[in-house]
Amino acid sequence: MLYFSKWKAFAILAVSAIICLMVVPSLVPPRVYDSLPGFLQRKIVLGLDLQGGSYIVLQVDANEVRTARLEQLRDDARRVLRDAKVGYTGLNIQGNSVQVRIRDGQDADAALTQLRTLAQPIGGALATTGQLDTDVARDGNTITLTPSAAGVQSRTIQAVSQSIEIIRKRIDQLGTTEPSIQRQGADRIQVQVPGLQDPSRLKALLGQTAKLTFRLVDNSMSAQQALQGRPPAGTEVLYSQDNPPVPYLIEQRVLVAGEDLTDAQPGFDPQTREPIVTFRFNTNGARRFAEATQANVGRPFAIILDNHVISAPVIREPILGGSGQISGNFTVQQANDLAILLRAGALPVPLQVVEERTVGPGLGADSIRAGLIASIVGASAVALFMIATYGLFGIIAVVAVAINVGMIFGVLAMLGATLTLPGIAGVVLTVGIAVDSNVLIYERIREEARAGRSAISAIDAGFTRALATILDSNITTFIAAAVLFYIGSGPVRGFAITFGIGIITTVFTAFTLTRLMAAVWVRWRRPQRVPI
Amino acid sequence: MRLLRIVPDDTNFDFMRFRRISFPISALLSIVALVAFLTLGLNFGIDFRGGTLLEVRYANNTLNIGDVRSRLEALDLGEVQIQEIGGDGEVLIRVAQQPGGEQAQQAVVGKVRAALGEGVEYRRVEVVGPRVSQELLSYGIVGLMLAVFCILIYLWFRFEWQFALGASIANFHDIVLTIGFMAIFQIDFDLTSVAALLTILGYSLNDTIVIYDRIREMLRRYKKMPTDELLNASINSTLSRSVITHVTVTLALLALVLFGGRAIHSFSVTMMFGVVLVGTYTSIFIASPLLIYLGVTTRTMAEKAEVKGPNAKAERIAP
Repeated sequence: MLYFSKWKAFAILAVSAIICLMVVPSLVPPRVYDSLPGFLQRKIVLGLDLQGGSYIVLQVDANEVRTARLEQLRDDARRVLRDAKVGYTGLNIQGNSVQVRIRDGQDADAALTQLRTLAQPIGGALATTGQLDTDVARDGNTITLTPSAAGVQSRTIQAVSQSIEIIRKRIDQLGTTEPSIQRQGADRIQVQVPGLQDPSRLKALLGQTAKLTFRLVDNSMSAQQALQGRPPAGTEVLYSQDNPPVPYLIEQRVLVAGEDLTDAQPGFDPQTREPIVTFRFNTNGARRFAEATQANVGRPFAIILDNHVISAPVIREPILGGSGQISGNFTVQQANDLAILLRAGALPVPLQVVEERTVGPGLGADSIRAGLIASIVGASAVALFMIATYGLFGIIAVVAVAINVGMIFGVLAMLGATLTLPGIAGVVLTVGIAVDSNVLIYERIREEARAGRSAISAIDAGFTRALATILDSNITTFIAAAVLFYIGSGPVRGFAITFGIGIITTVFTAFTLTRLMAAVWVRWRRPQRVPI
Repeated sequence: MRLLRIVPDDTNFDFMRFRRISFPISALLSIVALVAFLTLGLNFGIDFRGGTLLEVRYANNTLNIGDVRSRLEALDLGEVQIQEIGGDGEVLIRVAQQPGGEQAQQAVVGKVRAALGEGVEYRRVEVVGPRVSQELLSYGIVGLMLAVFCILIYLWFRFEWQFALGASIANFHDIVLTIGFMAIFQIDFDLTSVAALLTILGYSLNDTIVIYDRIREMLRRYKKMPTDELLNASINSTLSRSVITHVTVTLALLALVLFGGRAIHSFSVTMMFGVVLVGTYTSIFIASPLLIYLGVTTRTMAEKAEVKGPNAKAERIAP
């Protein structure tokens, strides 16, 4: 147990040193870090609880996905039936399906064939499952289109992917450093933005669907009349965001939508000096907007964002240039944010914030300080106690634990793992537990010596027997850490990481470094007596 | 330099006889813990209960706790807890989960910010919606059970089943006492508490296994020794190690409790109780004596050792 070949000794020292040195890139200033070669650009990330920032979890609501799909099916069915020149009545959404009555029973079969084309294979045309995302059924003259559960699920997953892209664009505009946006499970998105003092602007940017539409205002009756009676077919009542909200009667038909925007910028109205957002349409949008404004000069149209009327100007002349402006009593920041939202595009479905955790920079700095002090005090106390108890062997233990801690941080850096305050607690606890492996070895050596072995034989036997125990006892602790890593998130996961890595490095140092140091000492001093 | 020696060599305490005292004590404490858990309940944090938590600071002695209270009560947000912490103008505000789904929770922060007005530093804001809190709770429970289960399986492979069962009963005892402690002192029970419980579990097992390892070794070596005596000898021979490790872990935890900051205070305090007070006591006074009741005797184990031939031989180094 106490013999090491030169190569083995060298390998142990080299591995330990390299792992410890991996922490260096985390300590150098950013300018130096950036100039390092790629394989060295790995560093420990400070958790949001230490550097301050916001952690937000957004959820795609499957019901919203279903509703969006139903609305799309309804519009598609209308188009398909109109194209096929099939007469129908009562096309609408009934619960979880779209229903339509075909006027002439003879057309029903043809209509069914046409409507079946709306059902698409799940996972795109290349998918092999053969499942369709919509069930189309006929009962007499009534045809029912029902989105299947699997279809809604695959759309939810798609919606999450699309949303992540759009959210990334929106957050990039905020100019914060190193935001992280990740999928979490099937229907969630986890957003982490370091260093934000107030996340309400971030949440406002994330929480809005930003679905922009340009639609005509219906003048056939006032909004008040529509509210009291029934709004005419193909119209709905929407409100402005004024206080109190003003109702407008708006046609459901969309002239141009936000997808057709190529650019949006905040600006100021040259006359009123009021903040506005200017935008440009793409070719398709420009043509449709030109046609619509030409046909409706003198009528008001409405700019609608997420079912709120932002403004409803009257068309004074055809707008042919393909650009325009939105004014709606914005503040400068509102105009800014609206431009960001329009540039990034609309989310496919609304997202809900289901969890938010924000730590201000002040608390983060306090936590770093507290963690540092606790580490220093804890480590020094343990070191002093070990030296007082075991003398020279205590020093060996302290050196081993110090290298152990160095290696924990080295591994953290290599993994690019996140260090949180509970993570620091994990390191402090590891120091307390890591010395246990040394204690086990030393006590065993003492026992063997008392049983009458010679010093060298006792040291050898002490290592042999204690290492089996060290392995057994640490594996159970490691299982606990692994489970914790699996169930935990954020700071708790940070604890599981450092604690788990700490257990591995503890076993490593006990088997190699502690043994090596003891072996070197034994060869050097040839002890007759165990010094502990 | 004379080295510090806390436990003298060759101690010979009769730990087995002590079980007549330690078992009733543990039974009593477990009942107290259970009663506390059932009557007082755990002080669930927002992780598991949902709701909003804000930690705010008023600079330069501008804190007027009565004013904060009246402003927040005017909001009519249901149960609101306001607690001054640290004496540095810091206030912890907890708002219970609001009726009306996820959006209603989000609205709380805005309302509180508006009510408190300017000149307030928001050090921490946490909002956990009903859906997430439900999930976190089930994650926590599943995680604890999963950990116990995995460890059991591992112990079963490495030791005889009596040891696995003994360690599990001992650990269950640790968890029950710690939960009782958290109920009595109404320590915040959140995800970090689950982390603390799991660590206590891991650490206490670690301690138990060190002693079990020794018991197993002795069982193979001294086949004629009476079981009582053998268990006593095992505990006594590992006693020095138990105490020294105990001291080092206590030192590390003490540093965390005293200097680790408020964010992990309940975590550190819980660990201090579980690891320092309960864990070591359990390994020595509960886990090891339990083996007698589970039918571990020198005779049965010696037979087992014979069956496990090669492995046992490897361990049989002449003393």
